[in-house]
Amino acid sequence: MAFALQVRGLTKSFPGVLANDHIDLDVEEGEIHGILGENGAGKSVLMSVIYGLYRPDEGKILVRGQEVAIGSPSQAIRCGIGMVHQNLTLVPQLRVFENIILGQEPRRGIFLERQKARRRIEELLHQTGLSIDLNARVRDLPIGLQQRVEILKMLYRGASILIFDEPTTVLTPQEVDQLITYLLALKKQGKTIIFISHKLREVFALCDRVTVLRRGKKVGTCAIKEATPESLAEMMVGRRVLFELPRGRKPAEEVVFSVEGVSTLPEKGKALREVSFRVHRYEILGIAGVEGNGQTELAETIVGLRRVRQGKLVLNGEDITYLSVKERIKRGLAHIPEDRHRRGAILDFTVMENLMLGFEDEPPLRRGLLTLHFPTLQEFASSLIREFEIATPGGDTLVRTLSGGNQQKVVLARELSHPVSVLLACQPTRGLDVAATEYLHRKLLELKNQGKAVVLISADLDEIRALSDRVLVLYEGRIIGELSPESDEYQFGLLMGGKSLAS
Amino acid sequence: MLRRARRFLEFPFLPEVVAILTAFLLGLLVLFFTGYPPLRAFSALFRGAFGSRNAFGQTLTQATPILFTSLSFLLSFRAGIFNIGIEGQLLMGAFVAALLGTMIRSLPLPLHLPLALLGGGLGGALWALIPALIKTYLGAHEVITTMMMSYIASYLTSYFVNYPFKAPGWVAQTNPVQPTALLPRILPPTQLSLAFPLALVFSVLVFYFLFRTYLGFQVRAVGLNPEVAENRGISVASRQILAFLLSGFVAGIGGAGEVLGVHGKFVDGFSPGYGWDGIAVSLVGRLHPLGCILASLLFGMLRAGGMTMARVTKVPLDLSLIIQALVILLIAAPRLIRIFILRKRGL
Repeated sequence: MAFALQVRGLTKSFPGVLANDHIDLDVEEGEIHGILGENGAGKSVLMSVIYGLYRPDEGKILVRGQEVAIGSPSQAIRCGIGMVHQNLTLVPQLRVFENIILGQEPRRGIFLERQKARRRIEELLHQTGLSIDLNARVRDLPIGLQQRVEILKMLYRGASILIFDEPTTVLTPQEVDQLITYLLALKKQGKTIIFISHKLREVFALCDRVTVLRRGKKVGTCAIKEATPESLAEMMVGRRVLFELPRGRKPAEEVVFSVEGVSTLPEKGKALREVSFRVHRYEILGIAGVEGNGQTELAETIVGLRRVRQGKLVLNGEDITYLSVKERIKRGLAHIPEDRHRRGAILDFTVMENLMLGFEDEPPLRRGLLTLHFPTLQEFASSLIREFEIATPGGDTLVRTLSGGNQQKVVLARELSHPVSVLLACQPTRGLDVAATEYLHRKLLELKNQGKAVVLISADLDEIRALSDRVLVLYEGRIIGELSPESDEYQFGLLMGGKSLAS
Repeated sequence: MLRRARRFLEFPFLPEVVAILTAFLLGLLVLFFTGYPPLRAFSALFRGAFGSRNAFGQTLTQATPILFTSLSFLLSFRAGIFNIGIEGQLLMGAFVAALLGTMIRSLPLPLHLPLALLGGGLGGALWALIPALIKTYLGAHEVITTMMMSYIASYLTSYFVNYPFKAPGWVAQTNPVQPTALLPRILPPTQLSLAFPLALVFSVLVFYFLFRTYLGFQVRAVGLNPEVAENRGISVASRQILAFLLSGFVAGIGGAGEVLGVHGKFVDGFSPGYGWDGIAVSLVGRLHPLGCILASLLFGMLRAGGMTMARVTKVPLDLSLIIQALVILLIAAPRLIRIFILRKRGL
């Protein structure tokens, strides 16, 4: 068996962290090799070492049996290794073909040979069967096509070993399917692909073999045929993980929260157009849709940050359309914001300060006219830390230093620390690893089974379908249809793309 | 509260110490290359700052106004506001205090002095309220408006003491403040007055406000991340207006302290830019009330020592200004740049 890429005993440490601990990796020529692991397992560090972004402390890298020293990305490219990063590295103002040749322009003297460059790229397109408008400006392309430009860029540079670092996190389900199709096509042409992910579904659709990392160590490599989602998840997390959480009891008749014909103005974002829905006790209502179709605006409207032009919001029978954010919180509206760094938690505040945020101005946290009562605060914080299993050295640790999962637990703990009628959860597990995601999903179901109502806005269709009792699809600021979570993915795809099911 | 203080002190002061030593060293080099006797000049500087009871009193006197202005800047900055019009708020506060001190007669000291001080604070607060409202309702950035308000205050007070409120004589100044409104001197014959302990009290009050009251907590939340604060039902605009008012109030008290404690009247151009110094001192003091005390002592020492040095050795006062500038360059500037970069990245 010929190996395209081998890694032997690779070790890389950062101050206080052993990111990669003597890792061995064998990638066969022409296979798609998955690298699985939780956040912080060391996947990205390993790939960054292979791509020459970090220098290893120990260990060696062999490309096709030859030991190589890769000190920089350009050396990696010379060895035939290319990498598509999670955050794309394109110049938005330039055209597609300009981006592809950037840094490797065919030149005659000081002049750029545009025609020659174009011919070479067209050849490449022909070979790989990818299609794209070479003259389009990158900023005008959807993210899926931008990623294609990035792939072409690597192929143009002659890469035969392609590393994809969590490429699907930014894509819609349709785009993911397309990506999978052309990755398989690339494999057919003899390219070797390393595919990093923590989504098991994609790994099963794509990979021949997978290597699982956990806390910087290699757990093992296995052929995908011999693996099950459960076995891989157990390897990743180190314990059994439940995928199908029991959904619990059926929703009750009683409406907790309703949005009635709400429209907003398109200030700084999309306008909502006559959005209506109801959430009942014992119900999780999923709101699916491709991002940027009004999810943020809907959340802001419910929370009270956006003015309603028409229609009303009703919580427990009370019209809250014109109540302040504060008043809504007091009436039992809890909210997990979509971007925990920008809207959920204050990174430079301590855990305790984040937990008390929004409750600080009332007894028992306030004593007397202005003063905060520290003993009560500490008691409040440590009981929440215990209850929500927040892994932190203490209440006075800065939230910035916690892992993403624990940051989200801080937000969740704060929102659920006071009586809740309805929880609005926006992209609650984005960027979280399997264990933290499972924790959050459990909590949402727990809340539902306590008789609360949950509105779950998520771009992750799997999440929506696993948790929701009903699903609405948001498109261009409108609710374009309702589906049951058991509907097939194709129907979701159609609605999310703006095509109604009738036609 | 003690825990906060301890956490602040636990932090190694190494960067500051190195920066200050470097600044002095570079100052030595400047002296050497310009042909002044470096060591003699430096010993005069230190003698002028600590050499005697009087020198020390002078250092504390010089530290007083910049302690007020650095606290003022700190209050605004913690709310995410860049109030650089402290100079104007200080001048307006000083002028109001001078008016109340001169015009009101036959009021006993326990009433007259607090009234004049309070008037000074309110004068400063009112001057800060204008850019605060402009920011909230019209969206104009405070860096522009506060600076412009500063110039208005400077020329306006100058006009007042040159024309309508001018005392008889050659100098552009108001009449002397009534004795009942003067801050008692505490270390005669130096100019050190009760203004200095008052500044220390204000440091503690600012500390208490920011770290022990719910309003201070909200102000800090707004300053660090207005979006999160808004999501939690804290009104960003109202907390920023509050911070503006408090910032102006403290600046105004600082101005009143100069009038009622040092000069005994409003003298045209009495402030060599205390308001501007406050920004740098605040940054050197790590944007923390306790740090502001230490940093303002350093700057007060440089000012007081520099004056003695100029008198004794003919080395111009500019040397101590150069050292001040180097300290700012080495500590405050990098810190400010880092804060702005982080803010731009949205973190």
